[in-house]
Order: sequence, then C-alpha cells, then structure tokens
Amino acid sequence: MSILTLFIIIPVLTVIGILFSRNHMQVKWTSVVGMSLQLINAIVLIFLYLAARRAGNTDEILFAQDNVWYESLNIHFFIGVDGVSVAMIGLTSLVVFAGIFASWDIVDLPREFFISLILLASGVFGFFISLDLFTMFLFYELAVIPMYLLIGIWGSGPRHYSAMKLTLMLMGGSAFILLGVLGLYLNSAPGGGPLTFDLIKISKEQIPHHVQMFLFPFLFVGFGVLGALFPFHTWSPDGHASAPTAVSMLHAGVLMKLGGYGCYRVAVFLLPEAAHEMAWIFIILTTIGVIYGALGAVWQKDLKYINAYSSVSHCALVLFAILMFNETAMNGAILQMISHGIMTALFFALIGMIYGRTHTRYINEMGGLMKVMPFLAVAYVIGGLASLGLPGFSGFVAEMTIFVGAFQNADVFHRVATIIVASSIVVTAVYILRVVGILLLGKIRNEAFNEIKDARWVDRISVVALILGITIIGVAPLWLSDMIGSGLVPVMHKILMVVPVIIH
Amino acid sequence: MLIMRHELLLIAITVILLIVEIFLPADRKHKIILPAILLMTLVTIAGFLPGDSGILFGGMYKTNPLTLLLKNILNTGVLIVFIQSVDWLKKPENKEKVSEYFLLMLSTLIGMNYMISAGDFLMFYIGLELATIPIAALAAYERYKEKSAEAGVKLIFISALSSGILLYGLSMIYGTCGTMYFEDVAPAITGAPLQVLAFIFFFAGMAFKLSLVPFHLWTADVYEGAPVNVASYLSVISKGAAAFVFTIILYTVFAKIAVLWSDVIYVITILTITLGNLFAMRQQNLKRFLAFSSIAQAGFILLGVIGQSQLGMTTVIYFVLVYIFSNLGAFGVVAIISNRTGKENIDDYDGLYRTNPNLSLVMMLALFSLAGIPPLAGFFGKFFLFTAAARQGMYILVLIALVNTIISLYYYLLVIKAMLLNNSDQPIAYFKSDAYTRLGLLLCIAGMVIIGFVSPVYEMILNLSYGLY
Repeated sequence: MSILTLFIIIPVLTVIGILFSRNHMQVKWTSVVGMSLQLINAIVLIFLYLAARRAGNTDEILFAQDNVWYESLNIHFFIGVDGVSVAMIGLTSLVVFAGIFASWDIVDLPREFFISLILLASGVFGFFISLDLFTMFLFYELAVIPMYLLIGIWGSGPRHYSAMKLTLMLMGGSAFILLGVLGLYLNSAPGGGPLTFDLIKISKEQIPHHVQMFLFPFLFVGFGVLGALFPFHTWSPDGHASAPTAVSMLHAGVLMKLGGYGCYRVAVFLLPEAAHEMAWIFIILTTIGVIYGALGAVWQKDLKYINAYSSVSHCALVLFAILMFNETAMNGAILQMISHGIMTALFFALIGMIYGRTHTRYINEMGGLMKVMPFLAVAYVIGGLASLGLPGFSGFVAEMTIFVGAFQNADVFHRVATIIVASSIVVTAVYILRVVGILLLGKIRNEAFNEIKDARWVDRISVVALILGITIIGVAPLWLSDMIGSGLVPVMHKILMVVPVIIH
Repeated sequence: MLIMRHELLLIAITVILLIVEIFLPADRKHKIILPAILLMTLVTIAGFLPGDSGILFGGMYKTNPLTLLLKNILNTGVLIVFIQSVDWLKKPENKEKVSEYFLLMLSTLIGMNYMISAGDFLMFYIGLELATIPIAALAAYERYKEKSAEAGVKLIFISALSSGILLYGLSMIYGTCGTMYFEDVAPAITGAPLQVLAFIFFFAGMAFKLSLVPFHLWTADVYEGAPVNVASYLSVISKGAAAFVFTIILYTVFAKIAVLWSDVIYVITILTITLGNLFAMRQQNLKRFLAFSSIAQAGFILLGVIGQSQLGMTTVIYFVLVYIFSNLGAFGVVAIISNRTGKENIDDYDGLYRTNPNLSLVMMLALFSLAGIPPLAGFFGKFFLFTAAARQGMYILVLIALVNTIISLYYYLLVIKAMLLNNSDQPIAYFKSDAYTRLGLLLCIAGMVIIGFVSPVYEMILNLSYGLY
C-alpha cells in the first residue's frame, strides 16, 4: 500500500470519528487530530519525495499504486505523484489544517459542518493523487458538491443565491470536463488496443489532431471555470463573499487550484498541439482576467469581495502562465498556485477573524485596527506585502518566475500580453495598500472597537501556520521549484515534442 | 418446470395470500402484511439461486441468465416497495383491503416476468397487459379521494390506448412477417415501409409505458393522484421492466433497422430529457416533481439504448438497478411524510433537517444519487450511460444530456435547499418512523452507496448482456 492511500483513509476515518463524537468539542478535536495527521503525512511525503529524487530516482511517477476497479471499462484506482502534485498536496493539507482552526466558532450544526469540510478536502486530496481520469473526475465532483451545503447553511449574505450559482456553474464546468474525459477515453488508443482512462498512458499516445482541437476547449474551459477563467469567474466573488471563513479559505486556497492543476495536467499535457494552437484565445481571456480582477478589487468596499477579485486576478495569472509553454513559466504557474493558495487562505482567515470582532466587512466602517489587534493587523500586512510581490515572500518568487518565463516568448503578441499582465502588480499594490491604510492605520472610527481583543490561540495557530508557509517559500524557494521542476520534465518533454521550439 | 421458477413461485404466493385472505376475519386483514413480506423475501432469495436456461411452449417463453437477472432486480425492487408501504397499509381506511394491494401488485409482477421472458409478441403482449391493468386498480386504491379515482381512470384509458396502438403495430408485423416469434421476425424485418410503420406503432406503445415525451402527459397526473407507494412502483418497477423489454426487443427483433430507430431515439431522448427537466423545475408537489424527474431519467435510459452495443444494454440494466434504489429512497421518504402529516409540497419540507435529520439525509442521498453525484451509485450509472452513447460518436447528444444533468441538479438542489437551508416557523414535527420504513430506506441507502464501489455487479451484468454487433 502506498503512502498516498493514507490521504484518502485519514479523512474517511476522521469523518467516521466525527459521526461518533458526542459534543462540539469532540467534533472539533477529532477534526484537528485528523487534519494534523494529514498535514504530518503531507510533510513526510514531501521529504520522501525529495529523498527519492536525490537518490537518483527519475521515474515519472513515484509512490504509484494501481488497482483494477472496473475491468471491462479499464477503470483503475491508479494513484501516484510527481513534484507538482506533491506540492499541491502540501498546500492542501496546510490550508485545511488552518481552516479547521479558523472555524472554531461554528455553533450551528458543527458535526455536519466539519463532515462537509473534510469531505471536500478528501475530494481535493483524491483529485491531486489520481492518475486515472475516471477517479480524477469522481474526486473533482466530490470536492464541489459539499460546497453547496457549506455556503448555503453556514454562509452569510445572499447565501442561497451564491451557493446555487456556484454549484451550478462549477457543475456546468464539470459537464464539459466529463465530455472531454469521455473523448479522451474513446480516443486513448488510436493505434488499436484497449481504451484507457490512464493519464500516463494517454500522454504517451498521439491523439489525432482534429480530436485534440475538438476536446481541448471543453477541457480547458471546464477546468477553467473552477480556475476562474474570464468570463466564467462570476461564481467566485459571490461564492467567496457568502461562504463561511474556512470555506472561503479552502475554496480560494485549494479548490480554485483544482482548475489550474486540471488545465495543466489534463488539457495541456494530454492535448498539447491543440493547446498550442488555441492558446491565443485563452491568453487574451486570461490577460483580461488578470487586469479585470485587479481593477475589480480596487472598486470593492467589502473585504471579502476585495480578496475574491484579487483571487480572480491571481488565478488568471496561473492559467496565463500555463499557456506560455515553457518550463520557467510553467514552474511559475505552479509556484503561483502554491503561493496564492497560502496567501489567500491567510487573507480569508484574517478577514473572518476581523469580521468576528468588528461585525462588519466594509472597510469604510473600520479604521485603526492596528492599535486594538496588533497581531492580526501585522499578519494582514504580511499577507498584503506577499500578495503584491515583495521580495522575501512567496508572491515575489512566483510572479517573477512567471514574467521571466512569459517574456521568453519572442513574438509581439506574447510580449505585449506579458507587459499588460505584469502591470497588474501596480494595481495590486493600489488595492492592498488602500485596504491596509484605511483598515489598519489611522484613527479608530468606531468607539466600540476599543473593546476588541486580539487573536486567541486558535486564531494564532491558523495564522502562524500560513505565514510560515509564505515565508519558507519566499526565503528558500529553490527546493520547491526544483521539486516542481522534477515533475515538469515529462510534461515539457511532451510539449516540446509537438510544439516547435519558440524560445530563442 | 424449474425453468419458469420465478413466475411459478410468484403465482404460488399469490394463491396462498388469496386463500389466507378468504379465511381472515374482516377486522384482522392487516395480519397478512408480515406473511406477505416474508413470502416475498423468500421468493426474492430463491430467485438468486442458479437456474437453467430453457425454452417452453415452443419458444413462446424462454429463460436465460439475463432474464433471471432482470427478474431478480424487479423482485428486489418490489420487495422494497412492499416494505415501504406497510406504514400506509396500516392506516384505518386501508385496513380491509390490505391483501388486495399485495395480490394486485404480485399480479403485475408476474406479468412483467412473462414480458421479460417472452419469445413471442403474443406472450409479450399478454405479459404487458397483465402488468398494466392491475396497476390502474392500485392507482384508484384510495377511492375515497377524488384524485386517486381520477388517476385510476386516466391510467386505464391511457393503457388501453397505448395497448391499442401497440397491437396495431404488432398486427402489421404479423402481416409482413407471417409470424410472431422473435427469432423468426428478426430476419424477416427488412425495413419495408409497412414494417417501419409497425415499428413506429410499437415504439409509441412502449413510449407510453416508459412515459417518453410526447407520450408522457399522463404521468404527472397519475403519480399525483395515486397513493405514493403505487406511484413509486409505477415509476421504478413498471418503468424498469418496460425499459428492459424495450431494449431487448430493439436489440433482437429490430436489430436490422437499427439505423432507423437510433435516429428516432436520438430525437426522443433530447425531447424527453429536456422537457422532463424543464417541467420538473416548476413543480411544487413532490409527487409531480418526482414524476417529471422520472420522465427525465427515462430519457437518460435511452442514452444507453442508443448505444446499441453490449455496453449499451449493460448500462441500461445497471442504470435501472441504481435508479430503483435511488428513486425508491426518495419516494420512501415522501411516502412516510405524506402518511404521517399529509404534506407533499416542497415548501412543507422547509427546515426538515432540524426536526427529522435522518429522513432528510436519506432524501438528500437519494436526490444526489438521482442527480448523479459521486460517490453514490447514480454517478456510476450516468457516467456509464454517457460512455455508451459517446462510443457511438454522439458527442452532441451527450453534451445535451450533460447540460440537462445540470438542470436536474438545480431542481434536486431545490428540495435539498428546502430541507437543509431554509428555516420554517412550522416545520414538520419530529416523528418516529416505523421499523418497516426504516428497513426499506436502509436497503435503499445500502444500494446507493455500495453498488458503485462493487464493480462485480457491473461486470456480471456485462457478461450477460449483448449488443447488435
């Protein structure tokens, strides 16, 4: 049994544990224990992976486990990881761990809340370790559906509307993905032989050009919906704004990464020719998305909306980088997913904590919070600086890598797009500094805020864990980018085989 | 005689129940419930014993592992329906006619079994009639309610009409082929105009039974008027049996004109799924809601039929199996709530989770399974159906069906929203459901959760199925 199986078994056991818990505290502590184990498991996995690579293991997939499930349809339970998925698993376990602590104050139906949250997490873990398109799709849908309940029951504002919109749009995306997956399956053996859902096997095949051109838009748009591809991003601001804290964290931090990862792992990896030919359409869309998201964030007054639009901008950057077709940019895309995942989770956690104390999310109604809650305020500033790409934090590493990679494409179109996208950093600085200025600095505008207490221990655990993640990547990014690079080798190899070399 | 084991056993228990009924005093008729269920359980278990293939009456009746499997699926479904109806049968107004419920339902089941085993259009027709007419009586079971009587009358008229159409088609087949035996008709089908006409009549007749658009208009009214358990029987067992037979006859008798019927089904599939879904969105009454949802599900079944391959038949049977458990789960909850409170509207379910968490949970799982959400069995069923259709290169059809699954998810979520998200000033008060209902719902959940993970179920069906090529 591979270590990866534990990533499914631990959440299942945790859910069972929660079912047998007798009160609030037991439910919470069971979740804490389960998700801490998951985090430890992820850290162990990272070390094992690095050790295996250092020992000279150059297999495409490590820790693979392959069980036949539906024999006649050739569906396997096939799991395994490369550098990219290990990084994503690390991200997920960190965010889920922080998310459990951030939802300490759930009083209404806590059992159901934590079960849904952990089901969602197990869907995400399953998605990242799957190498079989069928199970991948299964886990993808499993990750989306609990969202409806999480937002609908424990959310705020127009939660019913947001939950329904989010679910239907994401499931609409998954309908596209399903069509793409079926298309891949039925064309998985162009030279005869049994059809397969096996991602690695399909990647070795040469799928006919016209089939690629037909399937690519479905897969890229399908995953793109979850990755907030403009103009299919509209679920995201509403969904994030209505969701409870932990759910916003998980959603922006992890679930949106499913979209980016799917675009990279399925759409671009398996259909490189079509991806290359159609890239211009999606480069235009993502360029719009980056700028639009950043500008949107400038206009918003609700903290959650600000961060939601900022997520749209950052996630569009991920898709943009994937479409640049060179190793530097791809590496940057994955780094950006990790970096943004932790950062945005930190933001949403802090927003939740601030809201819990001030009972408002409108920045105009707040001010001078630095004086009453220094810990949370400093954490917010750290998150903000990371978000606008200050050196020393993860955001800088990721965005720098993306822009350097993107600029390697020598033609005018790519360069113009890169310049436009890079200018979004300025806009990011505007909205981050604006919020910091109004929210944290200046005079305290509301007398009641003087009574506010700073972070409790649960808040501190959640915040410190995430800040640690940001700084470790920011200060020592090389091990991470090497790990991601090791996973990119086969992908780049495949892309360079079919895509004419465009780097000069 | 063992070849006709399923039918004979069912006839035997029907006769036993009939005799017991005669000797029971009028005020103790409800005592028959437990023996009836136990006998049905025994028959269901006995059905799973391995049996021989064979032919009787010169080929009019034939049995093979596939028909045995289909009959077992139906038996299991009927058993669950029986278990779920106990709470309702025990109501004072039903007390004196309890045994009729079992007798009528068993008769229809016998009819369905003969229909599945038919090797000849005449046998098929007799089975079909036996499977239909008693249901009309059952629909009118609560005759003190106006709507129930209306449902019965509607059903009998519609059945008569569809039988007439079907018979007309069959007469043309006899006229052009000179025989009624499937084996002899199949090679004689050449696509001559009269045979095409015959096929269309046959198709229309079956479409009534399957409630495909545009032959679906009776469905919602009958479901709404009939007792909930009868409606669930209609939507699951009756429809399932019709789907089985429909597939078998298309794949064997009309195999040579597959080009023709696949076009017809293509259009009907799109119409059925889309219209079923669009109407379901607007329903308030849960029985009507489930009626339209079951119309849409019938459309999904056609996706497998159009697959034409061994995979196609497998997915049809597999999906019906999954659908039985999912839909019975949903109907079971509607039934018990309707019995205890008389409430059948979606609005009435507001805040149900706070008062009756277990029932809401079952309902949620059932609806998710119907919507095709993993890891429930419905997901596997739908995925395989799509695979079967996509294998024929019908990507557009699959895409339309996929868009429709999103629409269907929307209205299933409306019910879930009412139960879990909405709050109500007067929610349905807590009540304790009886042991039978709980057992019935538990069986449904077990089916929904387990079937998807246990791939041998699928492989077994696959080994017994066949396709056109």
